[in-house]
Amino acid sequence: MNMRKSKSKSMPSFFGPLIAVFVLSLVLSVVSESFLSFPNWMNIFRQTAINALVSCGMLMVLLTGGVDLSVGSMVALTSCAMGVLMTRFGILNPLILMGSALVVGFLCGGFNALLFTKLRLPHPFVSTMGSKMIFRGLALFVTGAAPIAGFPDSVTFLGYRNVGKFPLCFIAVIIVFSLMHVFLNFTALGRKIYSVGGNKEAARLSGINVPGTLNFVYIMSGIMCALAGIVMIGRVGTAAPLAGETFDTDAIAACVIGGASFSGGKGTIAGTLIGALLIAIIRNGLNLLGAQTDVQFMVIGAVIIIAVLIDVIRTSSELKSKRLSKATAAAELLDLF
Amino acid sequence: MSDVIVELKNVTKLFPAVVALDSMNMQLRQGQIHGFIGENGAGKSTLIKVLTGVHKPDDGEIFINGSKMVFKGPADAKKEGIACVYQELNIVKDLSITDNMFLGNYVKAKSGLLDYRYMNGKAKEIMESMNQEIEPQEICGNLGMGRQQMVEIGKAVLQDAKVLILDEPTSSLGEKEAAELFRTVRLLKEKGLAILFVSHKLEEIFEICDEVTVMRDGKHIITAPSSEMTKDSLIAHMVGRKLENLYPKEENKRGDVALDVRGLTRVGEYYDMSFTAHYGEILGFAGLVGAGRTELMRGIFAADPPDQGEIYIAGEKQDIHYPQEAINCKLAFLTEDRKQQGLVLTETIEKNVSLVNIDHLKKGFLIDRAGIVEQAADCIEKLKIRTPSANKLAGELSGGNQQKVVIGKWIVTDAEIYIFDEPTRGIDVGAKIEVYKIMNELVSQGKCVLMISSELQEIIGMCDRVVVMREGRKMAEVERDSQHFNQQSIMKAAWGGDINEYAEK
Repeated sequence: MNMRKSKSKSMPSFFGPLIAVFVLSLVLSVVSESFLSFPNWMNIFRQTAINALVSCGMLMVLLTGGVDLSVGSMVALTSCAMGVLMTRFGILNPLILMGSALVVGFLCGGFNALLFTKLRLPHPFVSTMGSKMIFRGLALFVTGAAPIAGFPDSVTFLGYRNVGKFPLCFIAVIIVFSLMHVFLNFTALGRKIYSVGGNKEAARLSGINVPGTLNFVYIMSGIMCALAGIVMIGRVGTAAPLAGETFDTDAIAACVIGGASFSGGKGTIAGTLIGALLIAIIRNGLNLLGAQTDVQFMVIGAVIIIAVLIDVIRTSSELKSKRLSKATAAAELLDLF
Repeated sequence: MSDVIVELKNVTKLFPAVVALDSMNMQLRQGQIHGFIGENGAGKSTLIKVLTGVHKPDDGEIFINGSKMVFKGPADAKKEGIACVYQELNIVKDLSITDNMFLGNYVKAKSGLLDYRYMNGKAKEIMESMNQEIEPQEICGNLGMGRQQMVEIGKAVLQDAKVLILDEPTSSLGEKEAAELFRTVRLLKEKGLAILFVSHKLEEIFEICDEVTVMRDGKHIITAPSSEMTKDSLIAHMVGRKLENLYPKEENKRGDVALDVRGLTRVGEYYDMSFTAHYGEILGFAGLVGAGRTELMRGIFAADPPDQGEIYIAGEKQDIHYPQEAINCKLAFLTEDRKQQGLVLTETIEKNVSLVNIDHLKKGFLIDRAGIVEQAADCIEKLKIRTPSANKLAGELSGGNQQKVVIGKWIVTDAEIYIFDEPTRGIDVGAKIEVYKIMNELVSQGKCVLMISSELQEIIGMCDRVVVMREGRKMAEVERDSQHFNQQSIMKAAWGGDINEYAEK
């Protein structure tokens, strides 16, 4: 059959946030002349990087219908692990330091995964809320509650260096997101993540290893947090045990604004990047306008609610049109009798 | 004692592609227990839902005490004193008996707080009037099924119900509990309630019902005093005689044993089930809803692994612990519930078709996009899936087309043994015939097909052999050329009767 494949006609779910990015940029460039300047945009990219990396892991977890509240603590713990290795054990080799951050991220993610898949705690909301405090406590414990500074340039370069005038950390984000896009859409495991989130039972009965898939996403979330931890050390120069307290909500916000759904199976990498950018643009713009943190919180909160609201309205109007077309079919049937 | 409380006149209810109720008539009288039986899918549940205001009839009238009523929702029916105790109880297990009985109708004291002293007393009083000794503060989850059911009946009495609908009330009860229930039901009858008693057990109809109504294909067949009926006459009315050639059955040569199940048991679901299924045949599984057929298949596929028993596939013993292992043994399981268990509705046809075999569609590290597209296009053509594109979401397809996507997902795995669980439920006639043809084709390729169906005609129409189950056990196994291979005999076995009775007559 030579049926022409037509791409799905409905707009991608990140279309709305993308428009929001443009509109917002337009408005901000009118009210603040420095907004559109090149250095400011590089600044925005730099500010997006950490949240974007964390959101990338968060998206995978959300796709399976779960959530990872421990991301902020994992960022702190991985960076503190590097700090402790440096100060306590005198290790300066960047590969060992970064590698150990990734290992710690792996272990933290594995811990979350086991709580959910092996010990069968009911929902990761509860288990990761618990591990969030455990990881935070560990970060405070290993550092003695004090930030650690003095990392070698071979570690911090990722966070602050530029390539030309473009921040290296955002190049890293683009690379990670490209890889992740390919992974989620064009590998078997990536597709399985969507299937598990879309319908766990159907996935199981189709022979998909559901616990294995879930283990993978939580571990990936931990590893993405380790990456974010490395970038953070470069950005702020220190490993702080209390860093990243709002990272969980920021990451969830980026994913949700980008079209991810809490019930799983829905969400894209591109949307998540736009979501992360949107949050950074709002923060940046409000800063330029001299708005305080209080206003920033309120605006970002409102944006999250509006983003979800748009999604809800879109879904319910789709359902309604489906119902109406069904009703017409039933009415036609009635005419037959 | 024969005042009609509820009367249904020419009630019709249409669903997409199905006429669920076709000019249905029924009268429920004060102080009478009215039995209500019919095959699976005859329309009993729809009628209950019309009576309780859940469904609005498309045509016809409902009279309560002689005056015409239009129920806008369940609340209206409740106000007129119609209460229903469903098979799946509506009990909040974490709450007390009192809380469950007063849920939604809490009584407040003058202080504005809930008056538990009054409510506890009232709950105790009502349950006592039904000969039930209870402690009102007991948590319902701690009670047995029979007691929980009593609490629901008590709730109906508390709300001053005039009509009580009991939907297969004994299906989850033991003998003792059932006897207890019957005593209570008779007591309520004495008090003047009209009771509609839906049952899958013919003995119960004769034991407790004054009158019985038989329904078939959404139509009223007969209402008569139960003393004037016999088991055989009831079964004859339920089955009817319909000659429709919906079934494109093709004869095939039966091959070797594909699946040999020995003594499979999962306590509470099925017991000591043994059967063999051959290549090149369709083996049917008949029985009432809840007979344990789906559970048995889930056991074979290791969706819920069995407690005991052995499974041999193509002569070799297999230990199957996970669905993956079942798939590796070339089993395919097309679940009854397409939406919950078969498809990922948020994904495209293309992705659903590749759900099972995606690990075999790889080019190096990445998936083979072209292969997936081609495979989906093949399925759409071969199975006649009606869709503008393979990129349409599975959730947007009609029931029949969804079923074909599920079939497609398994056909591409090259499975040898296909388990179809109610493959034609909720799909229209045209799509049904196409599903039968697909089964024919599988069998002609020498594959083995197992089909659970609650439509006896379908079993008779398509199967080479049929296993009849009742309450988790095998009741009979009938060959196509046997004298018992007819609806009456099979239904008899499914309802717990002796299959040989018919042959002797």
